[in-house]
Amino acid sequence: MAHYNLTLPVTEQMVRMLRINDTVTLNGILFGIRDATQIHMFDRGRTTRFDMSGAACIHTAPNVRKVDKSVAHPAGYAPVCVGTTTSARMERFTRPLMSQYGVRILIGKGGLLEESRAAFQELGGAYLAIVGGTAALETTWIEAIVDVDLDDLNPESLWKFRVRDFGPLLVAMDSHGASLYDAVKQTGIEARQRVLAELGVKTDAR
Amino acid sequence: MKIDLLDVEEVSKTLYIRALKVLPPDIKRGFDELVRSETNPTGQAVLQTMIKNITVAEDTDNLLCQDTGIPIYNVTIGREIEYDGYGLKQAIRAGCARATREYPLRSSVVHTLTRANEHTSCGQGIPVIHIDFSDESEKLVIEMIPKGSGSENNSWLKMALPSEGINAIKSFVIDCVLEAGGKTCPPTIVGVGIGGTADLCVHLAKQAATRALGTHADDAQVAQLESALSAAVNQLGVGAQGLGGDSTAFAVHVESAATHITMNPVAVNMQCHSARRATATFTPAGVHYGF
Repeated sequence: MAHYNLTLPVTEQMVRMLRINDTVTLNGILFGIRDATQIHMFDRGRTTRFDMSGAACIHTAPNVRKVDKSVAHPAGYAPVCVGTTTSARMERFTRPLMSQYGVRILIGKGGLLEESRAAFQELGGAYLAIVGGTAALETTWIEAIVDVDLDDLNPESLWKFRVRDFGPLLVAMDSHGASLYDAVKQTGIEARQRVLAELGVKTDAR
Repeated sequence: MKIDLLDVEEVSKTLYIRALKVLPPDIKRGFDELVRSETNPTGQAVLQTMIKNITVAEDTDNLLCQDTGIPIYNVTIGREIEYDGYGLKQAIRAGCARATREYPLRSSVVHTLTRANEHTSCGQGIPVIHIDFSDESEKLVIEMIPKGSGSENNSWLKMALPSEGINAIKSFVIDCVLEAGGKTCPPTIVGVGIGGTADLCVHLAKQAATRALGTHADDAQVAQLESALSAAVNQLGVGAQGLGGDSTAFAVHVESAATHITMNPVAVNMQCHSARRATATFTPAGVHYGF
């Protein structure tokens, strides 16, 4: 279990160093994406002007305040509360994000599934778990909203954040085919029959 | 006592923002209890981060979670309250929209088909407003719940058979908790509804999920079921954030109603660890805020 301080964007080699249960702290540019962002990018043919090669994306749709553009707020938005949403809804977008845009790190909560695990292994990527529902803390790691694209989808725009000491985040799925969520799921399947028996429910093994 | 609708609008606005910022004391105590019993190092670290976030939100006067949720207002009206019911609902809606625009909060509410966002946290049928009546005299209570979607997306209804009895209820709850995994932002309050019609059953599950920790079902048999299921779900190893450990749920709450001779409905609705709620109580002495 190692800890890494990574500056974004990252290379394939850097991502392939990461193993489940390692922890990571990020600095640099972080992109914010959500359901609608990806539905429009991958189902409706829209594109972004952002270069996302080697990028990290977080599953988010922040609370923001519109402000005059300035050095501190180049996009005309100040962060109010930036958090993380459940990743699994966006499972089918992991591969196109990686293959079409070169994204290497996804940050979210609750985990991704089999198709993403295969994409991480094949293309060189990782899923970093943040603690969901801790947005007040997460907001303190956001330095600025430096740009925004696809903003007609607000709050599900494509956000470009500058982050500082963002983490520690837990490597929950790595590029070597390992996933902490699979291990937990297996534990649950094994515990189910015993737990139900203790509740007085007879079951067939599944 | 006559209710001034301008007060209702102002209070509805305040309640939304207040609920998003300060976690009720019973939930904070729930965290303390889980920390004492968590044996998994990852689970312990996750819980500590959640507890730190509660402090950061209060210290920085910020929202606990980015998800402003679907706004729900539960209104309970006493017997000696004079009010304009239609106006009351309009005032709550106006207060909800004002909170969103004036704070500003992220409006998480869209038209279901067009996905258009009015940026008011309002839409057709939203905010959800429930009206009920109490036996108290000059007292009106508004409870505000910003219901987060991570947990709300993990909602289920099963119309089990009478012949399947209580075992169908128990196994359904266990399977829902396993199916939800980390997607609900555990530790959760697992809300279970039993009995009623299909819609009442789901509503009971929501009431159970949003009930204060440390409260128990009125019916002794139902309370016993709550206690057995609460112990059981924390042996499944899902853990905080679905990353493993003992802290899958703060508790399982069960609310019940009578049902038809042919029916045995069970519903599950979950509340994430950011179990936010706020209340305002109107009495002749004024408005008092609580949880």
